[in-house]
Amino acid sequence: MKKVLVFCEYTADKIKKGSLEVLSNALHWDGAEVSVAILGAPGKLASLTNEIKNTSAKNIFLVSDESLSTYSPDGYAKAIANLVKENGFQSILGTVSSQSKDFFPRVAIRLESGMASDCTEFSVSGDTIKATRPMYAGKCYAEIDFSKSPVAIATIRPNALGNKELKSGSAEVKEVSANLGGVKAKVLELVAKSGGADKVDLTEADKIVSGGRSLKNSENFKILEDLASVIGATVGASRAAVDAGYRPHTDQVGQTGKTVSPSLYMAFGISGAIQHLAGMRTSKVIVAVNTDAAAPIFQKADYGVVADLFEMAPALTEAFKKALH
Amino acid sequence: MKIFVCVKQVPDTETKIKIASDGKSIDTSGVKWILCPYDEFAVEEAIRFKEKNSSATITVLSAGPDRVVDSLRTALAMGCDDAIHIQSTENADSFITARALAKAIEKEGPAYLVFTGKQAIDDDAAQVHQALAESLDLAAATVVLNAEYGDGVVRLSREIEGGALEKYELKTPCVIAAQKGMNEPRYASLPNIMKAKKKEVKKMNLSDLGIQETDQKISYSKMTLPPERGECKMISGDVTTAATELVRILKDEAKVI
Repeated sequence: MKKVLVFCEYTADKIKKGSLEVLSNALHWDGAEVSVAILGAPGKLASLTNEIKNTSAKNIFLVSDESLSTYSPDGYAKAIANLVKENGFQSILGTVSSQSKDFFPRVAIRLESGMASDCTEFSVSGDTIKATRPMYAGKCYAEIDFSKSPVAIATIRPNALGNKELKSGSAEVKEVSANLGGVKAKVLELVAKSGGADKVDLTEADKIVSGGRSLKNSENFKILEDLASVIGATVGASRAAVDAGYRPHTDQVGQTGKTVSPSLYMAFGISGAIQHLAGMRTSKVIVAVNTDAAAPIFQKADYGVVADLFEMAPALTEAFKKALH
Repeated sequence: MKIFVCVKQVPDTETKIKIASDGKSIDTSGVKWILCPYDEFAVEEAIRFKEKNSSATITVLSAGPDRVVDSLRTALAMGCDDAIHIQSTENADSFITARALAKAIEKEGPAYLVFTGKQAIDDDAAQVHQALAESLDLAAATVVLNAEYGDGVVRLSREIEGGALEKYELKTPCVIAAQKGMNEPRYASLPNIMKAKKKEVKKMNLSDLGIQETDQKISYSKMTLPPERGECKMISGDVTTAATELVRILKDEAKVI
C-alpha cells in the first residue's frame, strides 16, 4: 500500500482540470491511500473542497500561511515537504504546470528523493509504482525506477491519463498551518497576456490548430484563429514560424517549445521537422494540410489533405460551423 | 563578484534517437552534441551582466562525461572567464547533478548570481535549477523572460500558462533560469574561440564534492521508441468536398469534435 498525496492547484474558486485528472485516476488505483493538499492564504481555501470532499480521498489538507497569499516556490516546497514528513506520504503527484514544474524539484531535494517530470503514464498497484515519461521531447520514452527514492515524486502531463470518475466517499478536511515564517520569493504581480486571458495554454489544450512558415506573416494566422475559435482550439506554431516572428515563442510546439498532447492536432503548412514532430506526436488524432504531398508530416498524421492552406483552412472553418451548429 | 552559469551538453535537436543495446539508455554513437539552447540564454545573460558590472567574473560549470568540455569551451568563447567540469556519468539524475553543482558553487563561491537554462532538451526534466537553489538555500525563478539587476536585488518576470507573466523581486544571491527570448545570444568570434582554448577548465570529481554515484534517486529501467502511427488516410477532392469529408470523419469516426 502506498500513501499518495495529490497536490491540487486552483484558479479563482475551482480546482484545475489537470489536478482533478490526476486525483480521479489516483482514486482508482488499488493499493493507494490518496489524500489531497491545497495551499494558500488562511481562510481562503475552504470553498475549494466542494468539488472533491465527496470523494474517496482520505484527507483534504488545507495548508495555509499568510505568506502563501500568492505562489511562492520555496514556500510551497517547504509546506508540502513538511506535510509529507508529518504524514508519511510515499508519493507526491501533481499535474504538469508552471507551479509544479517550478517547486516540485525543491520538494525532492528537501525529501532526499527523486522526481520524474511530465509523466505520460503513472499508476500504483500494491507497492509497485509504474511510471513512464517522454525524453527528447517524445523521441523516446523511459520507464522510471523509483526503488532508491524514499518518496516517489512526479508531475503528470495533462490529458495523458484521461479523466476518470471521482470515486465517491467522504474525505475528511483538515486545516493545517504551514508556519513558514516568511518566504524567499513570491509572486508580486500577475500580468495577463493582452487578449490571452481566457486562452487555454497549449500544454493543456484539448485541440490545437498549428501553423508553419507557409502562413507567410503574422496577419495570416487570423485564418487559423478563426478555425480555432469555431472548435475551441488553441493556436500553435512551428519553430520556423516563431523564428520568422509570426508568433511569440509561447506558441511554439516542438523540442525547443512546448510538448503537447491534445485529442486533435491540426497542422497547416508545417512540413514536419523532427523537432516539431517530437513535440506533438502524442496527440490522439493528427491532421495535416500541406501543398507538398511528400512532406514528412504526412508520415505522422492520421488524416492528410494535399491542399493550399489558404483555401483549406477557411473551408474547414465553414464545414465545422455547419456540422456543429 | 562571482557569477556562475550551469550548462548541459545535449544532442542537437535534429538528432534521431536510437535506443542502446542495454535497452535503458540512448545510443550516443554519431550524435552531434551542442550546448543546450536554453543555456545559451543563460550564458548570454551572465555576459551582459558582466559588461555592466566590471568586477564580475563568470564561471561556467557542467556535469557530465569528458565530451562536455566542448560545450564549456563554447561558453568560454562567448565570454565566460573560466570553467569547471564535474566528471559525472551519462545518466546522472537531477538530484545528483543539482547537489554536485551546488557543492562546486559553494566551494568556488560565494555566488552573487547563478544562471541556468529553464530545461535541458535531452531528458527534459527541468529540475536542476530549483533543486540547485534548494541545495544552496537560495531564492530562484525559472522560465525567466526578463530581469533587471539592481543593488542586491533582481526584478524579473517569469512566463506561466497562456503567456502570462509572474513578477518577482529576488534578493541576491539567487538562481535565475532563462527562457528562450530572454536575450539574443551572441556568436563567438574566431579570436574569442582561439582565446577560449587557453582558458582554464578545472576538473572536479563527484567524490571531491562528497557525492557518490549510489546517491542517485531515480534511474531508467527501460527505454522505448514511440509506437509508429498507422498509415495516413489521404482525403482527396476539391477543397469544399475534402473539408466536409474531414469534418465528418473527425466528428463521426475519430469522435474528437
